[in-house]
Amino acid sequence: MAQVTLNNVRKVYPNGFEAVKPASFAINDGEFVVLVGPSGCGKSTMLRMIAGLEDISSGELNIGDRVVNDVDPADRDIAMVFQNYALYPHMTVAKNIGYGLKNRKIPADQIAAKVQEAATMLNLTEYLDRKPSQLSGGQRQRVAMGRAIVRDPSLFLFDEPLSNLDAKLRNQMRIEIKALQRRLGVTSVYVTHDQVEAMTMADRIIVMNGGVIEQIGTPSEVYHSPASTFVASFMGAPPMNLLNGHAAGGRVRVGDHDLHHHDQDRPLTVGIRPEDIVPDTTGPLQINVSLIEELGAHRLLHGTLQDQAITIHVGKDHPVTTGPIYAAVKPNAVSLFDVESGMRL
Amino acid sequence: MTVSKRFRWSAVLDHSILIMGALLMILPVVMLLQMASTTDVHTMKNGPGLVFGDQLPLNFQKAMFKADGFTGANTGVRMLYNSMILGFGFAIGKIVVGMMAAYAIVYFRLRFATLAFWVIFTTLLLPLEVRILPSYEIVQKLGMLNTYQGLIIPLIASATATFFFRQFFRAIPEELVEAARIDGAGPIKFFVDILVPLSRTMIAAMFIIMFIYGWNQYLWPTMITTDEGMYTLVRGIKQITQVNEGTNLPEYGRSNLLSIIAILPPVLIVIFFQRWFVKGLTESDK
Amino acid sequence: MKRAGFSHRWLPILFLVPQLAIIFVFFYWPALHAIRSSFFLQDPFGFGENFVGLKNYTAMFKSAAYMRSAWFTVIFTVLVTVLSLSIALLLAVKADKVIRGAKTYRTLLMWAYAVAPPVAGVIGLVLFDQSWGPIKDFVALFGWDFRLGVNYFDTAFAMIFVSVWKQLPVNFIFFMSGLQSIPKSVREAALIDNRSASGRFWDVTFPLLAPTGFFLLITNITYALFDTFGIIDTIVKGKPGNNPMTLVYKVYVDGFRGNDLGGSSAQSVVLMILVLALTVFQFRLVERRIHYT
Ligand SMILES: Nc1ncnc2c1ncn2[C@@H]1O[C@H](COP(=O)(O)OP(=O)(O)OP(=O)(O)O)[C@@H](O)[C@H]1O
Ligand SMILES: [Mg+2]
Repeated sequence: MAQVTLNNVRKVYPNGFEAVKPASFAINDGEFVVLVGPSGCGKSTMLRMIAGLEDISSGELNIGDRVVNDVDPADRDIAMVFQNYALYPHMTVAKNIGYGLKNRKIPADQIAAKVQEAATMLNLTEYLDRKPSQLSGGQRQRVAMGRAIVRDPSLFLFDEPLSNLDAKLRNQMRIEIKALQRRLGVTSVYVTHDQVEAMTMADRIIVMNGGVIEQIGTPSEVYHSPASTFVASFMGAPPMNLLNGHAAGGRVRVGDHDLHHHDQDRPLTVGIRPEDIVPDTTGPLQINVSLIEELGAHRLLHGTLQDQAITIHVGKDHPVTTGPIYAAVKPNAVSLFDVESGMRL
Repeated sequence: MTVSKRFRWSAVLDHSILIMGALLMILPVVMLLQMASTTDVHTMKNGPGLVFGDQLPLNFQKAMFKADGFTGANTGVRMLYNSMILGFGFAIGKIVVGMMAAYAIVYFRLRFATLAFWVIFTTLLLPLEVRILPSYEIVQKLGMLNTYQGLIIPLIASATATFFFRQFFRAIPEELVEAARIDGAGPIKFFVDILVPLSRTMIAAMFIIMFIYGWNQYLWPTMITTDEGMYTLVRGIKQITQVNEGTNLPEYGRSNLLSIIAILPPVLIVIFFQRWFVKGLTESDK
Repeated sequence: MKRAGFSHRWLPILFLVPQLAIIFVFFYWPALHAIRSSFFLQDPFGFGENFVGLKNYTAMFKSAAYMRSAWFTVIFTVLVTVLSLSIALLLAVKADKVIRGAKTYRTLLMWAYAVAPPVAGVIGLVLFDQSWGPIKDFVALFGWDFRLGVNYFDTAFAMIFVSVWKQLPVNFIFFMSGLQSIPKSVREAALIDNRSASGRFWDVTFPLLAPTGFFLLITNITYALFDTFGIIDTIVKGKPGNNPMTLVYKVYVDGFRGNDLGGSSAQSVVLMILVLALTVFQFRLVERRIHYT
């Protein structure tokens, strides 16, 4: 098991593009960390630097108590699961899982035993003699997992391992991977751009944007106290409502609605999660609903608050119509951001 | 009614065209075989005919064991042997050299990779025929006339196989080499354990094309081998037709049968490994 | 290069050495040597050489024999290319269409790929034999007194005939694979949009085959220029005399038989330029093709 520490780790590709700006953070032993962010933000680059597949341009990377900047991927004691699984097409499932062990000169009988054990854990025993092409997507995914766990690495790396699966299988595998990681207690770094995966699987989430780490925190922190307007709008579906507001005389106002208190006099961005706005006939906000999205378990009301777009999340039992309604904001549910920098105040 | 009738007529036309095409391809060789089955005297008088004779075994005997020239070394058996060496040597040499070079170019961080690429791929531009004389001189200087090396190696000096394997390697997902590296495979292991097995069908397809190409070489063997014991079948045929020219009773049976023996191995390969052959041809030439 | 390529110091070099060594010794050296020789005049008795500048080239272009051979090469190439492409296209379209016996037809039409050019030449010698050649007998019915190796036109005819025959399978195979790569849905859409089979062919199939056709055009030109050597050498029975010959054959005759090294090298260089032009043209087309699909 291992702790991973990054110290000003930075990546500049040979073409001069800085894909990861100097980043520092630590991942604790046994922790499940999810790297999330929009496409092209540098998640894979970060992960691949940890794996040793990409050179680190500057900074220092530790796995356990070793500096591994110049250590070969094979010697970092890691295992990786790829988006397209990268199974060896000409080898059987058993050979695929055992290949890494074979290269470590482990005796054949021990390899067989370990492969068997991993296969049992992953419900793969009946497929051990098949080639990858004879497996379904979910089974291939499991083989890729098997290849990773069989080696008892001190660090698991996942690069969007579920994005080639359909929605249902993705939910199931998500739970399986998480349970497996809990059971094995191996430190894990998991890359995804699916914020549901990030929320449900992570002990801690690292949100990246444009090569920069925007926030590191538990799912709840990231969701409820986003560090920036970017995080606020990236995490959560539908995203947090971001409204132009103004603070004056100790009060924050959006238009002529009074929402919150703040000490300074300044313009600011007001963030409220859709589920933190509740319809309330005596509430202070007047919202003009123009569209209702029926989602079964709940509904989304889209409308305007003083000409600014706003979305509200209401339970399925709540009667709704288009047109003006009144609503209130739950206590302590308002986030305030600087207008210029987008950073949380 | 009318529709099905019209359809039938067009089908008849299609089949007639195809049958004519097939006959055009096949009849000349049947003709050679027929001529090889009668006596030379008969052939000399009547030319090819419709009736097969009983002389095939005798002509076969002559084709395989009789020799022309002074040394008597160019028997059919000897030429067949030389053709095999040229075919196999060329195909294997080309594939091994090409795969290795393609591997180096695609899978390594090389500072001069682009340069190596261009140096190698310029050779695709000029066929051997346009530099045939200086090539001959060089082989002569190196003392490789009338040797198998001199026959085979200069023919390998074009990068078709390298180019082909480069294309193929580049199409293999990146993650495979990454997974292998994490699994602890070094460059040699990755090549042997993963890349070569993955390329099996490609190698087979390439092998077929290259074997036929090598086997059918004519100009280069004609220049490089003067020693009759080094003749290949394809090169030796000319010798025999020329000897035929000067005699009163040309050995039609023998020369025609030798022609058939000369095309038989590649033709069989094309017929029996048709899928690989077509794959190799259509994917390597583009 | 793969993004996570191995970084090893000498292994890649080791892998590249065989290829590079062979290429330098047997490609670059002879090619440069040919270019150099084309500016020199060799002493016929092997005593040194003199720099003569472009004299070999001017002599070449002034030579009636060379120009005759050049013209023959042009006509030969055009005819071989056009004939073998169109016949092969016809056969491929039909073979693609029929259901019964499709596989047999395909095999029968492609096996001759493996026939070596000189053997094709031998077949030509038999077909056009002076005393009983079947084709010679056939054309005699129309009053054509065919004289292979004697009459310039007749010999050229035989060369073209055999060269087309030999090239049919290659073109057939490529057209077949081109036809098979046309998506089924496109064919079905055409079937709905157009009643006439020939209309469908010219409006849909033919344009979609155009990339294959362009590619084959270059391949066939290269074939006619270079790979017909064995056919021609067999048909003229090694005695060119007054017979038609292609430029490549002339390089061989002048250089290897006639010992005119400088002249032959100049001819080689001209051929090199020709091939380079063709290749550049081909790369252009390939680029266009990528945009096309
Ligand atoms: N080899 C390279 N050379 C130059 N730039 C690169 C290279 N590889 C990636 N990049 C760039 O670096 C940035 C980050 O890439 P990366 O693959 O890390 O993104 P990502 O966050 O994983 O995106 P995705 O979610 O689409 O996988 C991208 O803008 C990409 O274009
Ligand atoms: Mg990525």
